[in-house]
Amino acid sequence: MATMNMIQAINSALDVMLGCDPDVLIFGEDVGYFGGVFRATDGLMAKHGLTRCFDTPISEGGIVGTAIGMGAYGLRPVVEIQFADYILPAYDQLVSEAARLRYRSAGQFWAPITVRSPYGGGIFGGQTHSSSPEAIFAHVSGLKTVIPSTPYDAKGLLIAAIEDDDPVIFLEPKRIYNGPFDGRHGQPVQPWSAHAASEVPTDYFKIPLGKAAIAREGVAVTVLAYGTMVHVALAAVEDSGIDAEIVDLRSIVPLDIETIVASVRKTRRCVIVHEASRFGGFGGELSSLLQERCFYHLEAPIERVAGWDTPYPHAFEWDYFPGASRVVTAMQRAIES
Amino acid sequence: MLNRSQLNLHVPVPQARPGDQPDFSGVVITEAGAARRPNAFATETELRDMPYGLIRVLGSDGRAVGPWNPQIDAAGLLRGLRAMVLTRIFDDRMLRAHRQGKTSFFMKSTGEEAIGAASSMALDRDDMCFPTYRMLSYLVARDYPLVNLVNQIYSNAADPLKGRQLPIMYSARDYGFYSISGNLGTQFGHAVGWAMASAYKHDNKIAIGYVGDGATAEGDFHSAMTFAAVYHAPVILCVTNNQWAISTFQGIAGGNETTFAARAVGYGLPGLRVDGNDFLAVYAAIEWAAERARNNLGATLIEFVTYRVAGHSTSDDPNKYRPAAEATEWPLGDPIKRLKEHLIAIGEWSETQHAELEAELKDLIRLATKEGEAIGTLGQSKPSTREMFEDVYKEPDWRLIEQRQELGV
Repeated sequence: MATMNMIQAINSALDVMLGCDPDVLIFGEDVGYFGGVFRATDGLMAKHGLTRCFDTPISEGGIVGTAIGMGAYGLRPVVEIQFADYILPAYDQLVSEAARLRYRSAGQFWAPITVRSPYGGGIFGGQTHSSSPEAIFAHVSGLKTVIPSTPYDAKGLLIAAIEDDDPVIFLEPKRIYNGPFDGRHGQPVQPWSAHAASEVPTDYFKIPLGKAAIAREGVAVTVLAYGTMVHVALAAVEDSGIDAEIVDLRSIVPLDIETIVASVRKTRRCVIVHEASRFGGFGGELSSLLQERCFYHLEAPIERVAGWDTPYPHAFEWDYFPGASRVVTAMQRAIES
Repeated sequence: MLNRSQLNLHVPVPQARPGDQPDFSGVVITEAGAARRPNAFATETELRDMPYGLIRVLGSDGRAVGPWNPQIDAAGLLRGLRAMVLTRIFDDRMLRAHRQGKTSFFMKSTGEEAIGAASSMALDRDDMCFPTYRMLSYLVARDYPLVNLVNQIYSNAADPLKGRQLPIMYSARDYGFYSISGNLGTQFGHAVGWAMASAYKHDNKIAIGYVGDGATAEGDFHSAMTFAAVYHAPVILCVTNNQWAISTFQGIAGGNETTFAARAVGYGLPGLRVDGNDFLAVYAAIEWAAERARNNLGATLIEFVTYRVAGHSTSDDPNKYRPAAEATEWPLGDPIKRLKEHLIAIGEWSETQHAELEAELKDLIRLATKEGEAIGTLGQSKPSTREMFEDVYKEPDWRLIEQRQELGV
């Protein structure tokens, strides 16, 4: 065990996988010698060699396209897209190629690739360093989408993603790389070292994809969240005293439907929280699934707390970012109705 | 005041439209044997004239001339001829099957058979081809079972791709033939990545990727070329310039301004421009590029100059945008006819033998078609509907299992 922030946990997962599987290699913009703009690949080239962790041209389509070809050969590439906002040039490769290769070739070829990408807001990143594109991947059959909320989960889930034989989009909430930011932007951010989930095994372990975690047990209302929003939801409980059950989805696809349904049938109320804009967001899918499966258990309409349906703005960071007070209001509505 | 002219937007137009005389005066063609054959270990700077010439071996008299003659023995040449003839007859047969309603779609490769057949034969079985949808002869030259093709085209119960793919989007891993995608250009980068993987593993396999002239305009062409150059990937990147991208002539893809082979220059890669209807020239160029790749000298871009004789697909009528006689006026002729004449010229073949070969291959295809039709054509037979839900992921998740149950399969 060691105390790690999320970056160190990701770095450790990559280090472990480079060490135990010679078919794992890492590449992306600035990930080699420099160690990544967020330091996620710091030291890996020096330790494992020039061909195991290297820099690429600035070409997201080229990064993912070559990774798919390597996957077809039999390697297990882990590539980085510097910001999830810049994953779109690779969208064709992800949707038309990686996601469908196994299906269209009837299992002759597949793309066991992992695409890591920092995502999410709360950092004054403006329009192109803040967005949360998970819903556009959730809609694509053949892709898996994973989002950790703690250093422990980040390492365990990333190792599972790398070992998975399907293409995985691994979205890293960059706002919580260094500490569990809970939306209280006026206060100093606590470092991960003060949090229990910063105790991370230094060697190999994994957390299965498709398994949600109960971040807090409660009976008054279920809050479905992932990434940074797990910590915002915890702050909302602290602020309001509402005995909410907070479910950290961890994977968007595959989705742990059983845990979600069990929680909502228990609390009979549900608030869905995500940073991504509301319309067409993943919350819509969650809400619909729960309506189908928990209709007779529900005591109140399902609430959605999300980013507004605007591009992610700069000056309006805290007007846009769904903070604890909005979650509290939604929980109260769900409980009082 | 400067006397400036008004600006005018330039939109390229082809030399000839329906009703016009075909005009190929814009296509630069050199004599067979005229192009120099540099050492395969030459540096890129020593090769910069190559993309502007045209590598040709077969002269108009059917003789092989010049430094690019690959010296293939008669048995090899006959294997190539057989693969090309088989491809052409198969294409004709499947076009008929489409007209008879036995399948929804088909694309012929008529006139382009030499490119796939010769590159297939010049490479090893372990090398991986990243084809376009017009590279059937690559697979045919490797003796891929014809009935598998028929079953795929009919999407019947024996379709190797389980009815999931549009006809002709084959996939044959065991034959070094990557899964074809409808998205243009995307697989050019996969070829580069596969080649990088081979180099990473200190393997000796190389990759070959293809795009058409039209798809060179896709961003994936640029990224593949960049990555291939940066990492010295052991890959052969090919442009089959058949002059047409559906209804748009190659000038719309930028082909009027320079050659497609010359795109290589800006990336620091060697570029060869090759007579795509000359089996020997194609074979020799692939051999040359493969030797470079296998010796860690990296990638080569090859433009094969050819002509798309048939319509783009069964959904296309080329008489609406180009002269009907263009194919017969194409200055590089017909690849099958040219190899046949060469074999006759060297005393290894005759018109009688050729007619016998055609008859034999027609029979083969008739048998394969019958075998496939006995299983069923489109709509009469299909794989188990359960197959629709398989292979989305390695293991289906609860959604797919529930949806399969909802459909009752």
